Amino acid sequence: MTTFPLDKLSLRTQVRMKVNGEPHVLLVKPWQTLLEALREELGLTGTKEGCGNGNCGCCTILMNGKTVNSCLVLAPEADGAEILTVEGLAQNGRLDPLQKAFIQYGALQCGFCTPGFLLSAKYLLQENPNPTEHQVRLAIAGNLCRCTGYDKIVRAILAVARGEVQ
Amino acid sequence: MTTTTPFRYIGKPIPKADALERVTGTARFGADLKLPGMLHGKVLRSPHPHAYIRRIDASRALALEGVKAVVTAQDLPPLEDARAAFGGELMIDLDHLRRLTIAHEKALFEGHAVAAVAATSPEIAEAALELIQVDYEVLPVVENALDAMKPDAPLLHPNLYTRTLGEKPSKPSNIATIVEVGFGDLEKAWAAADVVVEQSFETQMVHQGYLEPQACVAWVDADGRIHVWTTTQGTFNAQRMLSALLKVPLHMLNVIPAEVGGAFGGKIYVILEPLAILLSRKAGRPVKMVMDRAEVFRATGPASPAYITVKAGAKRDGTLTGLYAKIVMDAGAFPGAPVQGATWCIFAPYKAPAMKVEAYDVVTNKPRVQAYRAPGATAAAFASESTLDMLAERLGLDPLEFRLRNAAQEGDQNVTGQTYGRIGVKAILEAIRKHPHWNTPLQGKNRGRGLAMGAWMGAILTSSSQVVVNVDGTVQIVTGQVDITGTRTSMLQMVADMLQLPLDHISIRVGDTNCTPYTDLSAGSRTTFTQSAALARACQSVIAQMKAQAADALSKPDRRLTPEDIEYADGKFWVKSDPEQVLPWRQVAGLTRTRGTGPIVGTGTVTRLQPANEFSAQLCDVEVDPETGKVKILRFTAFQDAGRVINPIQVEGQMQGGAVQGIGWGLFEYYAWDKGKLRNPTLLDYREPTALDLPMIDTCIVEVPAPDGPLGVRGVGEPPIVPGPAALANAIYRAVGVRLTKLPMTPETVFWAIQEKKQAEHLQAVAGDGA
Ligand code: FES
Ligand code: FES
Repeated sequence: MTTFPLDKLSLRTQVRMKVNGEPHVLLVKPWQTLLEALREELGLTGTKEGCGNGNCGCCTILMNGKTVNSCLVLAPEADGAEILTVEGLAQNGRLDPLQKAFIQYGALQCGFCTPGFLLSAKYLLQENPNPTEHQVRLAIAGNLCRCTGYDKIVRAILAVARGEVQ
Repeated sequence: MTTTTPFRYIGKPIPKADALERVTGTARFGADLKLPGMLHGKVLRSPHPHAYIRRIDASRALALEGVKAVVTAQDLPPLEDARAAFGGELMIDLDHLRRLTIAHEKALFEGHAVAAVAATSPEIAEAALELIQVDYEVLPVVENALDAMKPDAPLLHPNLYTRTLGEKPSKPSNIATIVEVGFGDLEKAWAAADVVVEQSFETQMVHQGYLEPQACVAWVDADGRIHVWTTTQGTFNAQRMLSALLKVPLHMLNVIPAEVGGAFGGKIYVILEPLAILLSRKAGRPVKMVMDRAEVFRATGPASPAYITVKAGAKRDGTLTGLYAKIVMDAGAFPGAPVQGATWCIFAPYKAPAMKVEAYDVVTNKPRVQAYRAPGATAAAFASESTLDMLAERLGLDPLEFRLRNAAQEGDQNVTGQTYGRIGVKAILEAIRKHPHWNTPLQGKNRGRGLAMGAWMGAILTSSSQVVVNVDGTVQIVTGQVDITGTRTSMLQMVADMLQLPLDHISIRVGDTNCTPYTDLSAGSRTTFTQSAALARACQSVIAQMKAQAADALSKPDRRLTPEDIEYADGKFWVKSDPEQVLPWRQVAGLTRTRGTGPIVGTGTVTRLQPANEFSAQLCDVEVDPETGKVKILRFTAFQDAGRVINPIQVEGQMQGGAVQGIGWGLFEYYAWDKGKLRNPTLLDYREPTALDLPMIDTCIVEVPAPDGPLGVRGVGEPPIVPGPAALANAIYRAVGVRLTKLPMTPETVFWAIQEKKQAEHLQAVAGDGA
């Protein structure tokens, strides 16, 4: 037989979460990750899967105000949580200053890593509004970007911290 | 194309045209699409690097509820034209492409696709894979290119005969091709030299490391029409490969580009697409396939590892007398290592009276390699630029002045025999000489500064786009040219200036293969360069058609005007002899709905341009910790000739991103093999550089216009990856006196090299005392 428990395929668990300010009740597969639940059940495909095992940061979101790799969180673990994804960054049609700065500074190329970086940066500036360059680098060290060499990402985040982009 | 006004947009840091969707999470990448009734496909992969496949039994998998189709090599239509070749950058013939897509009688690398399943959920598909029974007969593994070349090595392909200029060999071999090029008399060159240096180098297999795994959705509709959404660098190249693999005419096969989450040469071949189509055809439903990261490492096309020996001779004043290289490149399971790129690039920045390169394309039991940003050039430059630094040191010459003395320029010859047009080698070296980084002395213990150059020939191929004028005067660029580096933005800037219209009147759409004219893939630093020429033609045609409309509209009963009577600038048409008679662009566009020849579409195509050879250089300062061997980069500056900059943010972005990939290649990244099995298929153990490993990457762009094309543009994507490993090796040597000849230069390698040096010095001292 397979190592997969075929008799459990139809199991579902109910999960309540507030995602980008909106309450949701989902029926998820108990082994489904939060990343999959966001992408597959809620259609929030802005959060990306680059590795599925916590090594690339493409799936970074805020869960109860803190950054997590959503590929490492099981959806049932997020029961009752407040989630912020890239889709929830802009408020009332206004971009978050980080989003503006990423555009202005050319801090993205393919853009696959961008949602994860935006959320990591959001968390950093929430915790430490005046980071040094080193602190910025430390805060995004869990996010890989293969296109930019990080230079413009670091500059964009520093520019927001300095209030140069609002 | 000449315009009367200076450029408004070309050369300006215009924000990326498609940035908004990327910062809001709405850009649609390969894995983001969902269709009604969609199934999920998974691939069964060989656990053995080399094995006969004796039997595949999928009956138990098919019996599992939710499984809708299983395919194997049997499902491909029979091969007709084995000689048809595909690729764009690294070519592969059709027979090999079929066997690479899905193993036939033999699995040739760990991860080689053996069968594929479509089911109603990913879990069921995965469970089904475990129910497929495959009988393998395990064969001895050919681990690396040097082993593969031995006369008694196990053969991967019974019908592979070495291609050489000499006579056809009588026995099959793992050596697919031997290339020999060069000119001049090397024996004389060595005799004329005061110093000759010879050194061997080794680089490992590395991966492009794009963050988006391969993904596609295929749907074969009721009419047998194939729709495939995929993350590819070239929709038309994908379409041609699929057409040949599946024997389907092009009009029945629509390839729709998804946004590409990084590619760097690694998303050129079709890979999941043929399997997804076969599954969809069997199941009658759309099929989505997404790779996981381990599959990306094991079963896509990484970059060739290489063994390179370089010999270089020079006179006491630093003049090179001769350059020689033997390059052995590992293609993985099927022929097609980037020996051509390596050969062209290895000595490209320099001139010498005699040069020769011998290059070997060799097969082994590894994944078949693909292009990776300037394919072949990075390994080549690691060898040549390290050797030249050793030579400069032996001669007691400054590494910059030594390179300047030998810099190639217009009229000099590449080792392949190509005579250079206008190139930027000297301009780059002179920019370094003036740069604050070069002129700031580096002080402190265990610190060193390294310099290296890089080159790329610049690909050309066919490019086309259409420029369409809407009846309200706005303009659309319609193209099949996939945007992987920001080319939507640069194409918009070029068209705005060519048509002398405001940028916000123009938009661009990257369309599918059924709606856009043929254009080759986006690769090889060719897109902006060749599209500058294609768009110039399209815009010329648009303006000519608009002038005809204006002439018609401005004609009087007593005076018929022809297009030659009309002048155009800045959105206005007027009569040359009577400038008071003016029609704005918008009004002329409005006429096209009902008058004259109708809608205005300008098509521009180029199939041939003189190559725009590309050069770069990098300067880096490192500090080596002798206790741990860790290399810290203190300062890094990338130099490059961009011909003409269309968008400085994007050029800098290419330079910085490429430089960091070069740094990763130099310091961290490698495939760790254990008898053909990959030990590090995760992004934890395969270590891409993080923000914490790096300083800011400074850039310095020089502009030596390319000899061909309307704007002097040169491609910029490839050259910045090339110099990094060599620049780092040269810096490490100057920091701690050890010459590293093997990549990557991990702390462990650096540490042991320092220990060895100490040991040798100690032994020498002891021997000295004894004397
Ligand atoms: S997908 Fe979650 S860290 Fe890579
Ligand atoms: S922009 Fe492509 S991975 Fe960061």
